[in-house]
Amino acid sequence: MSNGALGAPHLPRSQPLAKPGIALVSARRQSLLRAGDSRIADQIFYYLMLACGASILALVVLIVYELITKSSLSWHAFGFKFFFASDWDPVNDKYGALPFVYGTIVSSFLSLLIAVPLAIGTAVFVTELSPRWLRTPLAFTTELLAAIPSVIYGLWAIFVLVPILRQYLQPWLAKYFGWTTLFEGPPYGIGMLAAGIILAIMILPIISSITREVMTAVSQQQREAVLALGATRWEMIRIGVLRNARAGILGGIILGLGRALGETMAVTMVIGNRPEIAKSLFAPGYTMASVIANEFSEATGDTYLSALVEVGLALFLVTIIVNSLAQVLVWSVTRGMPTRNG
Amino acid sequence: MDSKPKSLNLPHEISFYRRAVNSLVVGAAGLAVFLVLLPLGAIFAYLVYKGIGSVNWAFLTQTPKPVGEPGGGMANAIGGSVYILLIASAMGVPLGIGAGIFLSEYGRNHFGNFVRFTADVLNGVPSIIVGIVAYGLVVLTQGHFSALAGGVALAIMMIPTIARTTEAMLLLVPIQVREAAYGLGVSRWRTTLSITLRTATSGVITGVMLAFARVAGETAPLLFTAFGNQYWNWKANQPTAALSLQIFSYAISPFDEWHRQAWGGALILIILIVVSVTAVRVAAGRGMLRGAN
Repeated sequence: MSNGALGAPHLPRSQPLAKPGIALVSARRQSLLRAGDSRIADQIFYYLMLACGASILALVVLIVYELITKSSLSWHAFGFKFFFASDWDPVNDKYGALPFVYGTIVSSFLSLLIAVPLAIGTAVFVTELSPRWLRTPLAFTTELLAAIPSVIYGLWAIFVLVPILRQYLQPWLAKYFGWTTLFEGPPYGIGMLAAGIILAIMILPIISSITREVMTAVSQQQREAVLALGATRWEMIRIGVLRNARAGILGGIILGLGRALGETMAVTMVIGNRPEIAKSLFAPGYTMASVIANEFSEATGDTYLSALVEVGLALFLVTIIVNSLAQVLVWSVTRGMPTRNG
Repeated sequence: MDSKPKSLNLPHEISFYRRAVNSLVVGAAGLAVFLVLLPLGAIFAYLVYKGIGSVNWAFLTQTPKPVGEPGGGMANAIGGSVYILLIASAMGVPLGIGAGIFLSEYGRNHFGNFVRFTADVLNGVPSIIVGIVAYGLVVLTQGHFSALAGGVALAIMMIPTIARTTEAMLLLVPIQVREAAYGLGVSRWRTTLSITLRTATSGVITGVMLAFARVAGETAPLLFTAFGNQYWNWKANQPTAALSLQIFSYAISPFDEWHRQAWGGALILIILIVVSVTAVRVAAGRGMLRGAN
């Protein structure tokens, strides 16, 4: 082919113009330049970043694979009965996970019962009621609760919360609410109630911050419209804000539930770690996460270890379902992806 | 004339009942805030009150003494925690930032959404499960508990957090900045690394620090990976002490001396976390870091 300067009109239209100063190049050289310009490097960079992104998928697949293969022994030995049998007897190699499932469910719902009103109240106060200068410090302080490690919550619970429960709260509950049969038995302090309370403190920040987030996402016009109709502050919040944000708030609550289900250390330290199903909230219990924490590194025998991994697999699946549900709900209000130019 | 519309006198029309409910709810919300701040205050107060007495030079420089002997410290646990966190960061930070770049620069499509969703799911996986997986991956392969296994477990927990915050921070960089770079003939990968990522540096670092703070106090995934150790260890394939593990085992022990040390360890741990996070926040806020705007 002729060279570029004279032959320019003959070039295919799609070909980019040569850079100034290097106009006199052959088509062959031009294509080389183009490639050297960045195309290969860009491709490599893209695939590197893609690999990083895909590593997240790979990790989840890996987790599932590990849990399924390592629990197959127990699955084949006990089948579905595993989750409905309540004897956990490593000595005779018999395993039933019902007490742990029960403990996890009861402690989590107990914590939601305590945390949800407080979290929503805090969010309402911070976004709608508090003076402007107080908002950021309040939000920051509640976030601080989330930065405290689980083991420190547990430490505090053992030495501060449990004695308070034993001496004051539990006798009081037994006296006035003993008829519900939920508060029976000796007040040890340690037990399901203590686990529920410490879990509530721990999941408060997540519920509160998501509630704040979705409440802020409700448009200002909604508030103004309701106020213009003569509503009081509370009516404005209820009709204008909470009603529009309810799906997201529910998402936040479910996300809190996901946290509570999987929370390990603090619960292990105060729940009492006894695989029994008791109606009283004063009684010690055991959760799925705690049994893994306590027994995994000491598990002798393949079936024992496999049974513990199966408990883990069940916990994993439940939290995945719960979290996905929560994500969908929160996304329905905030529209998921962070937007460009914030 | 009394044709003046009554509706202009709004406050008088709101019934006593409605006003009562309003003040009741406002009061309840205030009470909720108080009840939330109460445990926070109590925890910090107790940490300082109980912990300050046990933190001294010996505590910071010595390894644990056997039961019954007073004294000793958590030096090896503090060092071990830092060691494990370094291993975790070495793996988790590049992967996390890379994933964040992918999501913000190449992930505005279905596959990106899928990765985004998976990252959020991975974020919610209980830490104890991550411990089981790291045990299966590293401990079983190596044949013993190790600092590396602990690092892998913590890295798995860091990646989704860093990825999501990095993505959010990169998206804050205006599209025009990228276009300006392309317009000058800068290639896409150079633009991403030297323009976009650099502009968002302070935000990305904040995200990394948040992930760091989140895993710094983790105990559950270390129970059967790093396992703990009463002595110093700097070998990546040997069991290693960690501050959080030490606090846990001392807290559930029956000895007063160990309880005292657990509070000391907890104080050190919270100081490490709070100081590292605030320091970076302040630095990022004042634009002291390269590329901060």
